[in-house]
Amino acid sequence: MEKLLEVKNMHVSFDTYGGEVKAVRGVNFDVNKGETLAIVGESGSGKSVTTKALMQLIPQPPGRIKEGEILFEGRDLAKMNEKQMQKIRGKEISMIFQDPMTSLNPTMKVGNQIMEGLIKHQKMSKAQARKRVSELLELVGIPDAENRINQYPHQFSGGMRQRVVVAIALACNPKLLIADEPTTALDVTIQAQILELMKDIQKKTDSATIFITHDLGVVANVADRVAVMYAGKIVEIGTVDDIFYNPQHPYTWGLLGSMPSLDSEDEELYAIPGSPPDLLNPPKGDAFAARNEYAMKIDFEQEPPMFKVSDTHYAATWLLHENAPKIEPPEAVKKRMEGNANGSSSSEGERI
Amino acid sequence: MSQEKLVEIKNLKQHFKTGRHSVVKAVDGLNFNIYKGETFGLVGESGCGKSTTGRTIIRLYDATDGEVIFDGENVHGKKSREQLKKFNREMQMIFQDPYASLNPRMKVADIIAEGMDIHGLEKDAKGRESRVHELLETVGLNKEHANRYPHEFSGGQRQRIGIARALAVDPSFIIADEPISALDVSIQAQVVNLLKKLQEEKNLTYLFIAHDLSMVKYISDRIGVMYFGKMVELADADELYKHPIHPYTQSLLSAIPLPDPDYERTRERFTYDPNNHDTSEEPEFREVRPGHYVLCTTKEFEQYQREHGTGK
Ligand SMILES: Nc1ncnc2c1ncn2[C@@H]1O[C@H](COP(=O)(O)OP(=O)(O)OP(=O)(O)O)[C@@H](O)[C@H]1O
Ligand SMILES: Nc1ncnc2c1ncn2[C@@H]1O[C@H](COP(=O)(O)OP(=O)(O)OP(=O)(O)O)[C@@H](O)[C@H]1O
Ligand SMILES: [Mg+2]
Ligand SMILES: [Mg+2]
Repeated sequence: MEKLLEVKNMHVSFDTYGGEVKAVRGVNFDVNKGETLAIVGESGSGKSVTTKALMQLIPQPPGRIKEGEILFEGRDLAKMNEKQMQKIRGKEISMIFQDPMTSLNPTMKVGNQIMEGLIKHQKMSKAQARKRVSELLELVGIPDAENRINQYPHQFSGGMRQRVVVAIALACNPKLLIADEPTTALDVTIQAQILELMKDIQKKTDSATIFITHDLGVVANVADRVAVMYAGKIVEIGTVDDIFYNPQHPYTWGLLGSMPSLDSEDEELYAIPGSPPDLLNPPKGDAFAARNEYAMKIDFEQEPPMFKVSDTHYAATWLLHENAPKIEPPEAVKKRMEGNANGSSSSEGERI
Repeated sequence: MSQEKLVEIKNLKQHFKTGRHSVVKAVDGLNFNIYKGETFGLVGESGCGKSTTGRTIIRLYDATDGEVIFDGENVHGKKSREQLKKFNREMQMIFQDPYASLNPRMKVADIIAEGMDIHGLEKDAKGRESRVHELLETVGLNKEHANRYPHEFSGGQRQRIGIARALAVDPSFIIADEPISALDVSIQAQVVNLLKKLQEEKNLTYLFIAHDLSMVKYISDRIGVMYFGKMVELADADELYKHPIHPYTQSLLSAIPLPDPDYERTRERFTYDPNNHDTSEEPEFREVRPGHYVLCTTKEFEQYQREHGTGK
């Protein structure tokens, strides 16, 4: 497997009036050609900041990349100037931003917004670009593209705007696509179409994707590998099977346990207790310790290193230390680990 | 959940003019009731008119046609100031985007109290303050949060502020338009647990719009499925998941991504083709199984009854 991107010990901070917010605190990961890496984790854990930093899109000030290397095909993006980055952005690496409402210009017709990149990066003529825009809109499932391109964003529903943003990102066949919650505003059938479309394009162009999402069902569908973030760090990383069928970090257990399954009854949903740590003063030791019912004394004192579970699977929890007690994940998580594809499969027969 | 109707939606239409000769029929003849104390889930294709339905019910838009009856009174049409005030108090909306829906220049206390001020619910500053503190506590925040600004909160906390604001005027009906889509799963669980608890304590009625079908099933008593401005199926939550009848509903359920990689690798999705319907007559909303309605023609009705009916 050929490495497309290597991120080494990246730190990103924001200087605010309250002090230094340490949003990303030393992350390491690779992305191979042709693969999809999903990043999951709590709100505020640094998923968007990590990926924006890769493209040098952190507003500066207050933000800055304090430390680290970002090797893209061997070139260190962290050392590039704005002019060099502009050649890379939107062409070699493109990004679907988390909030489709703010990434579209409300005063500009939708068609013109998509054409912009095509004319700039692909050197297309206006007529060529116009034709390509219609194709792209059809591709992302917006019918009646001919008329739709003359409308403004507010005349589109939430999900349609999101699809426009996807079309813009795909327009230039990037080598690396960073997709930050690209399907959250979509219903599941259109979501499935978009995911299939993204996979299709990926296969044809051998491009790689970093996919950020809260939806663990989507992760199971798209990811080859998964990184789990908590408080500015990657706390567990592995293949999609490692993470779903053999999760090791208690935070990962909490995430997997919080989702209702289709056969959940009326009981209260499990929610991870407590609130996320303050990144102005990240706690000593394991940042998850205060919310972790399995925390040991050492969790409050020393930060755990990444323990190797297998060649593909690493997790930062003291529970993996050879002297730690053997602990079983909670019941709800064990059920998921068995690959329960839950209650819905029983009605499959009648359904189709 | 009672059998007493709180909201009746009758032949509701909302058409937008988008050009000299083009009209988008965002909502096109909806009929359904929401009972006191229930959670009615609304799902459907992106762009099918869910948000427009919510916004029209709460009068953010004037209806093109049809009626919304709330507690026996028509919401649309000419209203006295008194009546308007009453509707505005009784019906509240929680918006999808906790980032965009809170004014960044206002303190949390003022955001929450805005509605109370408009309706003159608290006469003096002290009463206002203690009510704000009480609301913050209800939604799992604390009184220290009252003097902060929205940007100092996480997504989940902001959504709770939005809920506190909606609760401030003591509504009986809340429209929640994708209230949890932007939140991570653990915080989604917190917010859903909170909505359920409040419903029990205050006998609230919800119209819950969402895409996450496992969450919708979990929170809803009944679910309506929309397609292109029309309701195509309506049933109890369990019934709908066990016996989906309309082919669009079947395709929707077959596309739910599950957190199980092996299942996802072999999933077979069923795609809906609207051209496969019988076109011999205009479809109507008919009861195929007890309490389970499907939009269909006479011919389709007979077919659905053969395949799914219980014969009552
Ligand atoms: N401009 C900024 N100034 C100060 N702090 C910031 C700024 N931008 C981000 N942060 C902080 O950085 C941290 C990481 O934010 P980030 O947006 O990466 O979270 P996320 O994991 O993408 O969360 P979500 O799932 O909610 O999108 C948060 O604590 C956030 O408050
Ligand atoms: N102000 C408007 N002007 C013109 N057309 C509009 C307006 N608001 C909505 N529409 C159109 O009405 C239809 C329904 O939109 P609506 O926002 O209700 O969909 P939705 O079901 O909420 O979709 P989503 O799940 O994507 O949010 C869409 O075709 C949309 O383009
Ligand atoms: Mg983010
Ligand atoms: Mg909507």
